[in-house]
Amino acid sequence: MKRPYRFIDDIATADAAFEAWGATLDDVFTAAAEALLAVMLVHPRTLGSVEREVVILEAESAEMLLFDFLQELVFLKDRDQVLLRTNTIEVAARKDGCRLEAVLIGERLDYARHELAVDVKAVTMHRFKLSRTPNGWEARVVVDI
Amino acid sequence: MADLRALIRRSAALWELPVSYREGMRVPGRIYATEMLVRAMDDGVLEQLANVAMLPGIVKYACCMPDGHWGYGFPIGGVAAMDPRRGVISPGGIGFDINCGMRLATTNLDYDEVKPHLPRLVDRLFARVPSGVGCKGFIDLSRNEFMDVLEQGARWCVARGYGWQEDLARTEDNGCAAGADAATVSPRAIERGFNQIGTLGSGNHYLEIQVVRPEHRFDAETAAVFGLDRPEQVVVMFHCGSRGFGHQVATDYLRAFVKIMGPQFGLTVRDRELACVPFASREGRNYFAAMKCAMNMAYANRQVIMHRIREVFAEVFKKDPADLGLQQVYDVCHNTAKLEPHTVDGRRRELLVHRKGATRAFAPGMTDMPPSYRRVGQPVIIGGSMQSGSYLLVGMASGEQTFFSTAHGSGRRMSRRQARKRFQGRKLLKEMAHRGIHVRARSLKSLAEEAGEAYKNIDDVVAAASEGAISRPVVRFTPIGNIKG
Repeated sequence: MKRPYRFIDDIATADAAFEAWGATLDDVFTAAAEALLAVMLVHPRTLGSVEREVVILEAESAEMLLFDFLQELVFLKDRDQVLLRTNTIEVAARKDGCRLEAVLIGERLDYARHELAVDVKAVTMHRFKLSRTPNGWEARVVVDI
Repeated sequence: MADLRALIRRSAALWELPVSYREGMRVPGRIYATEMLVRAMDDGVLEQLANVAMLPGIVKYACCMPDGHWGYGFPIGGVAAMDPRRGVISPGGIGFDINCGMRLATTNLDYDEVKPHLPRLVDRLFARVPSGVGCKGFIDLSRNEFMDVLEQGARWCVARGYGWQEDLARTEDNGCAAGADAATVSPRAIERGFNQIGTLGSGNHYLEIQVVRPEHRFDAETAAVFGLDRPEQVVVMFHCGSRGFGHQVATDYLRAFVKIMGPQFGLTVRDRELACVPFASREGRNYFAAMKCAMNMAYANRQVIMHRIREVFAEVFKKDPADLGLQQVYDVCHNTAKLEPHTVDGRRRELLVHRKGATRAFAPGMTDMPPSYRRVGQPVIIGGSMQSGSYLLVGMASGEQTFFSTAHGSGRRMSRRQARKRFQGRKLLKEMAHRGIHVRARSLKSLAEEAGEAYKNIDDVVAAASEGAISRPVVRFTPIGNIKG
């Protein structure tokens, strides 16, 4: 299956940038989380699914909710030394913003089994965007390395 | 490639971006670089410099150092001084890795003495200084103790035996940013960072063993003041910051400022990464106090790593670190905002100087540096790529034009992905071993991204800083051992 994200070269020389797509908000959030994982892990498929984390977040817009969601993954990486991807996610619009409930699965970092690339320090707001496209949704994200 | 037509050349290494470049610029931009370096800068630098020049309260110029490149928000290498009464503070003008910085220590060993021990020395440093994605530190401390670290910085470490008293005097701010307030920091930031003291991290963070070749001592007298007076002298240099803690502090406040800057303060910016609030506001002051906590975390981090380095040298050379001459030369920050007195148009003013990927470079005679250095000026540590070399520079009086700021490294010229396509980690390891550079890296992929050719030529960057009269070279260091995350 074609990956629902691609890395882009011509933004912020020292950092990493990607675009991710999805037919629905659930899909684009899942794709962006997968891209974030691929920045840190050379072979994302080597990540097991023994750790589980439930995340509930609210924000003023779908775009800022995506920012908070990716930032949560970066936070958990440092707090628990765990890399995670989306197992199930439900993003819902509300009257005053957006809310998500996600079950994340993954594994604690293991240098013997995981070939790690670079650490992500933060999700930046530089050219950060979540927009509607004819086929659904597209996100653009620059992360600080 | 930067469009030179947008710039006015003021001198051989000074280019001005006029306020007419973009509507809303309050001051001109200034790039300190040779023609070759300016040509190699991407257009993003000019755009970002223009965006910085639009920030409320900016004084005189938005500056870009010779190693400048396209970053997020500010360009990397960006310097902006704000009027603290009318101006703003912006987390994007400091960077996520608050107080990312460099530390340099001498030894009294020469290259021939170290060479036979080099592989073991590098291996032991690699084993004992944690590095890489999500690495954990080796200091066990409670959350309450961590709060003390946030307010006391490297002083906390030295009081507990992690380092020497004189290390503090040879650290910017004496190792403790005054005014840090742990109450302004979120519980999440503490949770994220409290187990990371004494860790290098990854990316361009590293620890290097280097040697001073006799032909690379450009000012022997000043070098001697800094303890660099032996032929083929071996030194240790490392680069790291405030780790996940600082990243979270920056993220928390950036996130909050994006939300409130418009509704609460009527501020707009062209790039949300430049989200800011008035420095004089409660929110601005809180961020300043929280940022200082992250500065202190970084000072503590580098202090504990310094202690580890001494332990490893003692183990490998079977001598006391003091007998090995493991003296700290200096510790500098390159991602901060500081309140400093400066003279602007003949008037003494206190300014809030944002430096993102730029190093403070105080001139001879200024205070806020060790008394023994005041005659020659503040040391500036410039980290180059693992294949090229690094420099020790010193501040000079004409640095006033950049609010006494200069470069911080080589500056990337190739994106990480481009570098990975072009270089192979394993091949690089071999090439460097052939040249006598012993490297240990946590990730080969990350190593490839750090290839020397992915960076600008460090000699060109230092020459531009010198030609622009914002700092001058004292010593050049050649790498012989490197550990990377």
